Amino acid sequence: MTSNFRAWPVVLALSIVSAPLVLMYVYLLVDTVTSTAPGSLIPYEFTLRHWTFLWTPVPGRPDIWRVALNTLVFATASSAIVLSLSSTAGYVLSRLNVPFRRFFLAGVMVLHAFPSVTLIVAIFLVLQMVGLYNSLAGVILVKAALDMPLGIWIMKGFYDTVPWEIEMAGIQDGASRFTVWRRLVLPQVRPALLALGLFAFLSGWSEFILPQVLAPDNRVQVLSVYLAGLIADDNNFDMALFKSVGVFYVVPVILLFLFFQKHLMNIYGGGTKG
Amino acid sequence: MRILLDGFTKSFGPMTVIDKMTLEIRDGEMLALLGPSGCGKSTTLFAICGIHKISAGRILFGDRDVTNVASQQRNVGVVFQSYALYPHMTVAENIAFPLEVKKLKAAEIKRQVDQMAELVHIEELMKRRPAELSGGQQQRVALARALVRKPDVLLLDEPLANLDSKLRLEMRSEIRRLQLATGITAILVTHDQVEAMSMCDRIAIMNAGEIVQIATPGEMYRNPRTEFVAGFLGNPPIAFLHGVATSGGFASVGGEAIALPASVPLPPPGSKLTLGIRPEHFGPTGNIPIRGRISFIETQGRENLYDVTLPSGSMLRSIQPLRGDVALNEEIEWSIAGDRILVFDEHGTRL
Repeated sequence: MTSNFRAWPVVLALSIVSAPLVLMYVYLLVDTVTSTAPGSLIPYEFTLRHWTFLWTPVPGRPDIWRVALNTLVFATASSAIVLSLSSTAGYVLSRLNVPFRRFFLAGVMVLHAFPSVTLIVAIFLVLQMVGLYNSLAGVILVKAALDMPLGIWIMKGFYDTVPWEIEMAGIQDGASRFTVWRRLVLPQVRPALLALGLFAFLSGWSEFILPQVLAPDNRVQVLSVYLAGLIADDNNFDMALFKSVGVFYVVPVILLFLFFQKHLMNIYGGGTKG
Repeated sequence: MRILLDGFTKSFGPMTVIDKMTLEIRDGEMLALLGPSGCGKSTTLFAICGIHKISAGRILFGDRDVTNVASQQRNVGVVFQSYALYPHMTVAENIAFPLEVKKLKAAEIKRQVDQMAELVHIEELMKRRPAELSGGQQQRVALARALVRKPDVLLLDEPLANLDSKLRLEMRSEIRRLQLATGITAILVTHDQVEAMSMCDRIAIMNAGEIVQIATPGEMYRNPRTEFVAGFLGNPPIAFLHGVATSGGFASVGGEAIALPASVPLPPPGSKLTLGIRPEHFGPTGNIPIRGRISFIETQGRENLYDVTLPSGSMLRSIQPLRGDVALNEEIEWSIAGDRILVFDEHGTRL
């Protein structure tokens, strides 16, 4: 390979700049399986003590597996709602001649730009009133509703790129508008569905403020709230435990990325060629 | 099946694109809708297949009034310019789709798809996806998909526009072969006069939302009703001379006098006239000699096309078998076949 500059100075500079980041990750992993004397950087023993939370619940805290399951349910359900509603609403806004189409489009945009934290007190009151406070269902609905505008907008953008001719051809082939959507148009936007689903899932997985405020109970706790509880606990402050739970929390995310990286890269690979 | 457009009118908002058009396509006939871009030919096509709702008038398939029938119930096969194959399906799945929508049995679908594949010669491509096909192959698949449900009428929207010239020639005869083999009524929308003339039984030539003339290709070429039709048909195109009528003849703007045969009913002297002279009617033989200078020679292989500039600056074209005795810029005196001259009045109407 010929290049008009040497590679090694660049690599060196980048390495130096990113070294603190790498070190942080290294210590995150190392600290979960070792013990280190206060003030020292070198661990003095190997131990699995910090991982015992996996089989014996930390006193005063819910079972970690229960919490993980809650998180999974929360992220999966909210992303499923986002996916199914965005994929239909996006199509309607992109293709169908509905009344107030422009108004809806503008509305979706405004909702997307709206800082959702400002709504939290109102949402809290609403949930309290309808009896969904401190329930997974309630917080799932809220999360899905807040993620929806972005989802609808993304899906609309993808539907816009699907050629009209494909739909016309489907209609001429005798298919109803719904069949055309499900069997001909939806497959064209599969990369978008995949990306949006993944995005919504990760967004749900990492969501903190909504579950913290709207479903703080031990029964319905999610990992982010659990983690925050650990660090907020001044009586039994355990840095290593916090890090271990943190790793436990982040591993599924990393696995998802490893697995779906290719699909995410391929996001613009779909559609027809004229 | 006979298709009838009766008083078909289409407006987009306040703009009326097509006003009270009447057009009949006979059973089993292939008709070309020929015209320049924006003349309303695609609008007409979309009205027939039901994608556009028409503003006024009726559309009849046979005796059935389909004016208010949805596209899905019209039984029209359409081949789109971009083919509009479903990219995520294999060729076999593409062709099977219209039948699946009809909820036919799997075995029956398979039988009909195979039969159709054989008819359009794509048996060996059935497992491929559209992206893995050449333009001509995609075209065949699109035809198969349009024909598989045995439509009452086949609509072809610029079907050859995306093909290279060799494939275009091949698909031209292929589409005609399929149309004749299935005996289906077909409408071809095109802006290419060669396609229209070579593939169709009759041509309906459109301009600005109106049908100017409907005739067989030969009749339309020989006997165009207007200057527009004469200019649109023919390759290389007809040459026009503008001027005025004199007693018994024509004087061009630049001063050439051309005696016209008595068969042409001439308007009073001084009226504006336009003469149309096709390239094959101007050459060494003829009865109206005219002098000029060869300003361009285009070799076409079997023939040469000569542009001849007259002293007045007007230009005539002549197509002749290859000859080596004339060179660029040479002064020549060739003749026009007087009885083949097409004479148009100032509104472009043939006299």
